[in-house]
Amino acid sequence: MSTVNNQARAFKALVDWLRDALREPEQFTLGYAAESSAFVRFNHGKVRQAGQVQQANVSFKLIDDGRHADLQITLSGDPEADVQRLSEGLQQLRETLPLLPRDPYLLLNHNHWQSNNVQDHPLPDTEQAVAEITRAAEGLDLVGFYAAGPISRGFASSSGAFGWHQANSFNFDFSLFHENGQAVKASYAGHEWSSDGFARRFEQAREQLEFLGRPLRTLPPGEYRAYLAPAALEEIMGMLSWGGFSAQAIASKQSPLQKFYAGEAHFSPNVWLTEQVSGSLSPAFSDEGYPRDDLGLIAKGTANARLINSRSAAEYGLAANGASRYEYPTALDMQGGQLEQKYILEELGTGLYISNLWYLNYSDQPAARLTGMTRFATFWVENGQIQAPVSTMRFDDSVYSLLGSQLEALTRERELLLSASTYSQRATASMLLPGALVKRLTLTL
Amino acid sequence: MFDFHPRLKQRFAALRTGAEFFSLRYVCESGQHLSVRKNVAEPPSLNRDEGAMLTVRVNGVEAYAATNDLSQAGLQAALERAEQHARQLKPHALLDLREQAVSSDRADYFSPHFDQAFPPLSDCYQLLGDESAAVPQDERLVNWQASIGLTQVEQIYLNSAGAELRQAQRFIYPALDVTAFDGNDSQTRTLGRENFGQQGGFDVISRCGLIGAGPKIADQALQLLMAPNTPQGPRDLLLMPDQMMLQIHESIGHPLELDRILGDERNYAGTSFVKASDFGHLQYGSSLLNVTFDPDIPEELASYSHDDDGSAASKQFLIREGLLLRPLGGALSQFRAGLDGVANSRACGWNRPPIDRMANLNIEPGDQSLEQLIQGIERGVLMRTNRSWSIDDARNKFQFGCEWGQLIENGELKGVVKNPNYRGISAQFWKSLRAVGDASTSQVLGTPNCGKGEPNQVIRVGHASPACVFSNVDVFGGDA
Repeated sequence: MSTVNNQARAFKALVDWLRDALREPEQFTLGYAAESSAFVRFNHGKVRQAGQVQQANVSFKLIDDGRHADLQITLSGDPEADVQRLSEGLQQLRETLPLLPRDPYLLLNHNHWQSNNVQDHPLPDTEQAVAEITRAAEGLDLVGFYAAGPISRGFASSSGAFGWHQANSFNFDFSLFHENGQAVKASYAGHEWSSDGFARRFEQAREQLEFLGRPLRTLPPGEYRAYLAPAALEEIMGMLSWGGFSAQAIASKQSPLQKFYAGEAHFSPNVWLTEQVSGSLSPAFSDEGYPRDDLGLIAKGTANARLINSRSAAEYGLAANGASRYEYPTALDMQGGQLEQKYILEELGTGLYISNLWYLNYSDQPAARLTGMTRFATFWVENGQIQAPVSTMRFDDSVYSLLGSQLEALTRERELLLSASTYSQRATASMLLPGALVKRLTLTL
Repeated sequence: MFDFHPRLKQRFAALRTGAEFFSLRYVCESGQHLSVRKNVAEPPSLNRDEGAMLTVRVNGVEAYAATNDLSQAGLQAALERAEQHARQLKPHALLDLREQAVSSDRADYFSPHFDQAFPPLSDCYQLLGDESAAVPQDERLVNWQASIGLTQVEQIYLNSAGAELRQAQRFIYPALDVTAFDGNDSQTRTLGRENFGQQGGFDVISRCGLIGAGPKIADQALQLLMAPNTPQGPRDLLLMPDQMMLQIHESIGHPLELDRILGDERNYAGTSFVKASDFGHLQYGSSLLNVTFDPDIPEELASYSHDDDGSAASKQFLIREGLLLRPLGGALSQFRAGLDGVANSRACGWNRPPIDRMANLNIEPGDQSLEQLIQGIERGVLMRTNRSWSIDDARNKFQFGCEWGQLIENGELKGVVKNPNYRGISAQFWKSLRAVGDASTSQVLGTPNCGKGEPNQVIRVGHASPACVFSNVDVFGGDA
């Protein structure tokens, strides 16, 4: 893998070539994504599958006379070969544009903004990290996935905009299984691997594992008090992120939060939610070339901003605010509340302590009614004391209830949850969330 | 076609390694996604992706390196990275693969009509524009979209045992959806999209029913908007093929994946309520249930001659007359578990390693027409077109939702109902299978969006199924 500086230089060289190759009045935008990743899977505390992936691509948009088309091209890393690929791509797009009608919703950003963010922390040595993980896992049934390496994102336009984002990171996402099949989930992620930091995180998970050895409690369907840990709340927020805050989904009545944005439903006044781009791991510019500002989405439980990309801005007469093509948040930040972590069990009293949720989907999307499963370390608590792990249960409830009428408290402490997603490429998304104490959660199966 | 093959072969032959076995899997994928939304053509999204994965086996330990650099030096460097990885991880390796057999097969495979050009982009936009324009003017119809996705894949697999496998495939995904809104509720009706994809050419568009579908789909969205909610309580359930495919996928396909049963996926996709000792013994469903892994239906999404580890694929019964026989496990999982499986070791692209995937998982037709299925129901609901799916990590407790419901009373189809949902438990649900439709009720369907694996992979899978009836299922509607 070429070094980060080499990558930035190679991207600039492609941009320069493209600028020279364009014919008036053609315009372009060029996005860049590359990564070099060590991937190691673990099962039963050993390495099950390991490898390394090196990939890079550009997303090339050519615009001419109100017509435009997008082409994603894999780069080879060889400058000459990549110019050749871009040249062939330019030809393909030039042949495509005359076949298209003019696009009434084309809205280009002509600002020549500049952005540069390089987080060049030294990466952990894979061999050392694997040795520490397997040593810690001795005598335990550990299953997990370690991903590490540099990630680069770039953007340039014929208007002179240029953005570069690079971060070295690692993410070890793992589970410890008790012999009864119950498991605790944890992760150790960031920029700099610390042996002590990893050992502490591992020990926390190991301590939770001990509770899972108690006899399993099976609950009948019904309504229960419940505490949703930040990782459980992440699943709910992740589900809402699909179209929930999207200007197009809201306008076309496909958003799960359409009643919320119509003012017909609201959350608890304690709910404040921001797309907090600054200070997050995700780039400060969108894939279509708009700078991304911090954006308050929910204020005091009521609708505030929505995510607007250039197409929605043109179609609905709104101001674009740097949303991605799919108007999906990548840096959600929910304000904490008053409940101190050390009092969670006491305040829960009797009910469910839910560490994680899993496989959420809608029972009734316009009503924001969700269903999903408990997974990993869900406990039955009585009088503030953990009694037993609980067998997998299904919930089915409205978000307006969970984060609205039934929300009793949010924790003061929040957890930074870095996405472990590696579909196509390693994600840069994150959420900073508190835990939520709810008066009533409906279990159905 | 296979333009890169001679150079790739030459470069493969020139690779140098100390590994006892190595392979190269080259993938070149190109595609386009075209869409017309509310009579406005959206810009086409085109792609061209190319790369290779080198896999080595050193002292029984396998490791891989994927590279976008296909030069001789680039491939050699990737091979060396893989070899270094394998050597470094030897002390920590879970598996010793020294005794695992490798493929030496040579074959070519092509999608049906692969040699026929797909209509040009302008013709596709014309077709999509016509369907969009055919959606009637009605202020309650707030959104509609027609689209065609096309993906073309050339793959070449070479290994040091002499295997040489070439596959050229084309996948087509037509879709149309319409959303209706009455000021309070919204309902969407869909043709295709996540529920339909096939290999082939323009014939797929015709088979999907996209042409002329605009008014019908719009009318159904409006019917749903005016329909009452699905009633709550136990009823017989008639699932049409575009919901059966999801039912098969989630509650037969995933639980039978052998890597899940071996524990590989416990940190992400989950485990299984099925145990390795269940094969040959567990009565999975009623005696009417016959489930096959079938790579031989040409138009089905995951038909192929060999999987991505080079194993030859052939039709196998996984469940016969309700009895569980065989898991969905490729050569490696079979070696680990000591069980016979199928050729389903698959990767979503050049930059992800093969793992056990579903491929084509089908239910064999029974002997009843749709009319007979309906006539046999006294109090039930017909459901079609999946829109919501949720199941636990052992693939047991599920809840699924559909777009379209219709009541069945005393053997007759009655009114439309909206928000049809049902829930159940896999281990019990298939035993309630009471009737299986004949071939006239069966459809070859599939989805491009099955997610699994670490690193994550989304892959195409095929499902062919007749309509089926289940007894006494817990059904319910929505809130609105």
